[in-house]
Amino acid sequence: MANSLPPGGAADAATRRDFLSLTTTAVAAVGVAAFAWPFIHSMNPAADTLAVASTEVDLAPIAEGMAITVMFRGKPVFVRHRTAEDIRLARETPLSALPDPQRDEDRVQKPEWLIMVGICTHLGCVPLGQRPSDNKGEFGGWFCPCHGSHYDTSGRIRRGPAPRNLEIPPYTFTSDTSIRIG
Amino acid sequence: MVGLHKSEMKNPVVRWIDERLPVFTLMDKEYAKFPVPRNLTYMWSFGGMAMVILMMMIATGVFLAMFYVPHTAHAFDSVERIMRDVNYGWLIRYLHANGASMFFIVVYIHIFRGLYYGSYKYPRELLWMLGVIILLLMMATAFMGYVLPWGQMSFWGATVITNLFSAIPVVGESIVIWLWGGFSVDNPTLTRFFSLHYLLPFAIVGVVFLHIVALHITSSNNPLGVEPKGPQDTIPFHPYMTIKDSFALLLFFIFYFTFVFFFPNYLGHADNYIPADPLVTPPHIVPEWYFLPFYAILRAVPDKLGGVVLMFASILILFAVPWLDRSPVRSMKFRPLARPFFWTFVASCVLLGYCGAMPAEGIWVPLAKVGTAYYFAYFLVILPLLGKLERPLPLPTSISERVLGGGPVPAAAAAKPMEKA
Repeated sequence: MANSLPPGGAADAATRRDFLSLTTTAVAAVGVAAFAWPFIHSMNPAADTLAVASTEVDLAPIAEGMAITVMFRGKPVFVRHRTAEDIRLARETPLSALPDPQRDEDRVQKPEWLIMVGICTHLGCVPLGQRPSDNKGEFGGWFCPCHGSHYDTSGRIRRGPAPRNLEIPPYTFTSDTSIRIG
Repeated sequence: MVGLHKSEMKNPVVRWIDERLPVFTLMDKEYAKFPVPRNLTYMWSFGGMAMVILMMMIATGVFLAMFYVPHTAHAFDSVERIMRDVNYGWLIRYLHANGASMFFIVVYIHIFRGLYYGSYKYPRELLWMLGVIILLLMMATAFMGYVLPWGQMSFWGATVITNLFSAIPVVGESIVIWLWGGFSVDNPTLTRFFSLHYLLPFAIVGVVFLHIVALHITSSNNPLGVEPKGPQDTIPFHPYMTIKDSFALLLFFIFYFTFVFFFPNYLGHADNYIPADPLVTPPHIVPEWYFLPFYAILRAVPDKLGGVVLMFASILILFAVPWLDRSPVRSMKFRPLARPFFWTFVASCVLLGYCGAMPAEGIWVPLAKVGTAYYFAYFLVILPLLGKLERPLPLPTSISERVLGGGPVPAAAAAKPMEKA
């Protein structure tokens, strides 16, 4: 092989070499990304964490006006047996008064049972209002003590820094007096 | 001899090693003969202190990890066992817990010193940026470490901080679930925090190494902000700085151990001695004191995403400081107009810290807004404008002229006998 390639040939060789370098780098980058994915995905919820994703609740012992808290996926879920007054207050509120407008009818399957995730949509604190002695806020529902969000009797945000209404988890009535959350 | 390093070591064993692996020459060059400006004050001792406290944290942490159990059912009890049953466990844990606070005290002073004396300016921009990376790593490490005892503040601090990421549009929820490894802060979160809390300090050691390499290229800045012009302006690191830093370290350790032995829980929060309960939120969640200014910035903004963005921006803005400060003069000693603005900036950081500790209501919200506004204005408006408007005082022609008096030539003569000593 000659040490001195003709100028045209050297230029050709350089472009082919550039092409090979670029494609090799690209393949290596894809390979690194593909190899990284199992490690990234390993940090997502594991199969057993996903498996304990449903909770049965017996509603029979909950008298009108009472509320209980159950655990679902490590989060508290509020189950409140609403009074006729609670329901009336929630339904009379005009949607224009709500930061995150949603009808009460769309938040419940049966009007007397309000079931929602008991986690403030601001930064994840548990609002007060489950116990009779708790501060229920200015709208008779729940009050988050961390940064002062007020929720109404439908769990909708009325005042404070929280951006959204309390979340409604997926649930089904398995009978008239029991539900399965999840 | 081909392939061997030319060693000047006298001891034959040391010389044999040094010829093959010149670590002794390196240490001699970088830590004994290394010339530093002769006018360094005790403000230049805080970097060394931070290094020592980092070693302290790693040493105590390794021993704590021998007894700590990273599981939601055992974490709290294992920490209590360290406190009550493990021999000297109380000492090791209090050294570690208070060491975190000491680390931040030292590093914050180190940063303010850099801001006052313009240590981030050419040619030390990258040195400064490596320091900001160390600060970010320290914050992540400290946050995850505080979660490990699994008390009420651990749990709810972790919940609030990880929820910050839910403010990110579209992918926020998925990111939070990914961070948690579940649907709330729970055992998978605790185990990964433990793993990363053990890992990150070694990443800090790596970046500290780069920080020091960069420092030894440019050498230290000094209170006058004038580069040394010759040997009359410098002294060797050993024995002058080694003895000075050792004395500073001694005073610092007195301060540190006063907390460890007499007020070990003063800087912590009593609620963290209550085991974590996912069903009960403490009425007033506060982060550790060293995060309070940033927490105040977060809460000063009524919008969730805006607050999160501003909080992260408050740290990331430090990366840009070398280019925001347009003044060619480093030291504030010669910047009469900049000085009051600097001290107001320090005051705004203290004010933000105080607001962060108070409930987000009443007077504290507007005060936090004022503090936040000044914090950003200092970097984005005041520093760039001062570079144009300010008329700095005349700089001394050299360090020796200023510290020894007289002109540069007699100063050089006067420096000689001192350097022989």
